[in-house]
Amino acid sequence: MEDFDKKCIEMFRKMWLIRAFEDQTRDLYMKDKVRGSTHVYIGEEAIAVGICAALNTDDYITSTHRGHGHCLAKGGDPNKMMAELLGKTSGYSQGKGGSMHIADLDLGILGANGIVGGGISLATGAAYACKYRQDGRVAVCFFGDGAINQGVFYESANMAALWKLPVIYVCERNQFQEFGYSQWYYADQDLTKRTDGFGFRGIEVDGNDVLAVYAAAQQVVEKARMGEGPSFIVANTYRIYGHTVGDPLTYRKPGEVDLWKDENHEPILRFKKYLMKEEILPESECAVIEKEARDTIARAVDFGLNSPEPTADTLLKDIYVEEQ
Amino acid sequence: MSDRIIEFREALFEAMDEEMARDPNVFTLGEDVGRYGGVMKVTRGLQEKYGEMRSVDTPISEEGFTGLGVGAALAGLRPVVELMYIDFAALAMDAIVNQAAKMHYMFGGKARVPLVIRTHGGAGRNNAAQHSQSLEAWFAHVPGLITIMPSTPYDAKGLLKSAIRDDNPVIFIEDKILYNSKGPVPEGEYLIPIGKADIKRTGKDLTIVATSRMVLYAQNAAQKLAAEGIDVEVVDPRTLVPLDMDTINQSVKKTHRLLIVNEGNRTCGYAAELMARAYEEVFDYLDAPVVRLTSEDVPIPYSSLLENSATPNELKIIKAVREFFNR
Repeated sequence: MEDFDKKCIEMFRKMWLIRAFEDQTRDLYMKDKVRGSTHVYIGEEAIAVGICAALNTDDYITSTHRGHGHCLAKGGDPNKMMAELLGKTSGYSQGKGGSMHIADLDLGILGANGIVGGGISLATGAAYACKYRQDGRVAVCFFGDGAINQGVFYESANMAALWKLPVIYVCERNQFQEFGYSQWYYADQDLTKRTDGFGFRGIEVDGNDVLAVYAAAQQVVEKARMGEGPSFIVANTYRIYGHTVGDPLTYRKPGEVDLWKDENHEPILRFKKYLMKEEILPESECAVIEKEARDTIARAVDFGLNSPEPTADTLLKDIYVEEQ
Repeated sequence: MSDRIIEFREALFEAMDEEMARDPNVFTLGEDVGRYGGVMKVTRGLQEKYGEMRSVDTPISEEGFTGLGVGAALAGLRPVVELMYIDFAALAMDAIVNQAAKMHYMFGGKARVPLVIRTHGGAGRNNAAQHSQSLEAWFAHVPGLITIMPSTPYDAKGLLKSAIRDDNPVIFIEDKILYNSKGPVPEGEYLIPIGKADIKRTGKDLTIVATSRMVLYAQNAAQKLAAEGIDVEVVDPRTLVPLDMDTINQSVKKTHRLLIVNEGNRTCGYAAELMARAYEEVFDYLDAPVVRLTSEDVPIPYSSLLENSATPNELKIIKAVREFFNR
């Protein structure tokens, strides 16, 4: 099998893994097993998967409150993730973080982030560390089209350009910010121009086309590794569900979402159509990949549900690093 | 103690220089820290010696470069961010409070943020409302942060070196009046442990717990009060979090009287915390109610007369101590 075909299958597998994870997350939230605020990535899988397919294990990412997809795409362990959502000791943060605070430093995942735009300066700092050590790594910063109005983006992008940092800003334009349309808040709808003042224009990609995202990512990652400075990708997509699970979506135009669920828009169906057309995978194999992903996540749910709850004696542990 | 007398700023410079020489992951960033040498001239010479990657002049973007420091720390470096005035920390609070302070805990004990934020606070130079605040209580209030306020060159050097080697985020608050102050600092390497108070003067009649510049005022006051027959002990916590309450408690058990002097505002200030802790832990040993001297709850004004009225000073300390003894 050709390398490209293998890469496609791996990406298809990851997209299904994310979808299966998020379907279970919604279900568990409805059953009150996952609590707090949970934000699902359904319909946006192609972005995290396409970008992370161009990264190495030791490259860095920063993620968002809608972060399950980024974490899985970068190689995060679904068992530890699901256990964390369920608030169990076997979770990434032993039940102290929940959905919005999952990190895996060994995989370069510098954390989901409950603050909109909170990861932007962090990724810029990780990129500074890459340049400082001259280790050839890069940092990718995922953020939403709501976060792009945070001032820290402009402070960070300026420094990244000034110092030619190997950072890639990926704006996931899912068209919503919290409980409304993002476009209501843009003085100019063309987001690619937002970094013009820093000397690098954004690249617009179809964020529901995983291969388009992957191609763009390869290009900008290479540029970053060559020391040519930051890049900015605006990946157009659509947030199929609400801001949080349980959002009544009263602000969304009726019927609009249906378009984004058809096989010309919805990223997994689109990619499946491509894989079949190019004879990379027959339909039966596509179904196997979906089933394997759903089984993997079902096992993660079992793992989480069967893991112990934290005990109160861990409450005050790890506020500070005690052993230096 | 050493014969060598140096300025507070030189002591800080030596700490920076020694730690940068010792560990290639240590670097400093902030407004004008490189070419200019820092607004208080603490980092002068570091860029020439260590280069622009390790002594980084940043744009005026406090939120961005403080967050950059947090990200670099998370990725394994040991940044020392200089916030030119503590007042500017208001622009960087997300990076400090929501990010740096919480990562070790909320990511399950694996992430480390070995970040130092050097900044300076305090009134006394007619810098008025936006350049004179004493905001230490903001940081002491947030679990996950270490907050240090040195009062002498010796403490400043030893504590800054410890702060840089610590794997936790540290807020290191200097005082704008103290940079020119001088004191004995031995040649060569030494560290002062974080979380250990220092008794700056021993006495038996009353304990003053003072922070930062207030320690000097307390010592001067104590000297004058000695002539009146009042023997004052001066305790400097040095680190506000973690707090060495044992040393304070031991002192109060001996003197039975406690005066707290902190430049922060009165309401919800650090003095209020010290007072509450004393009542919780050594109430039975007290012969008189605890008294706190703080800044008034007011934006620090410009005029010298008004500014002096706003903050604690030596005379106010003397007056407060005399009142304990009905004098």
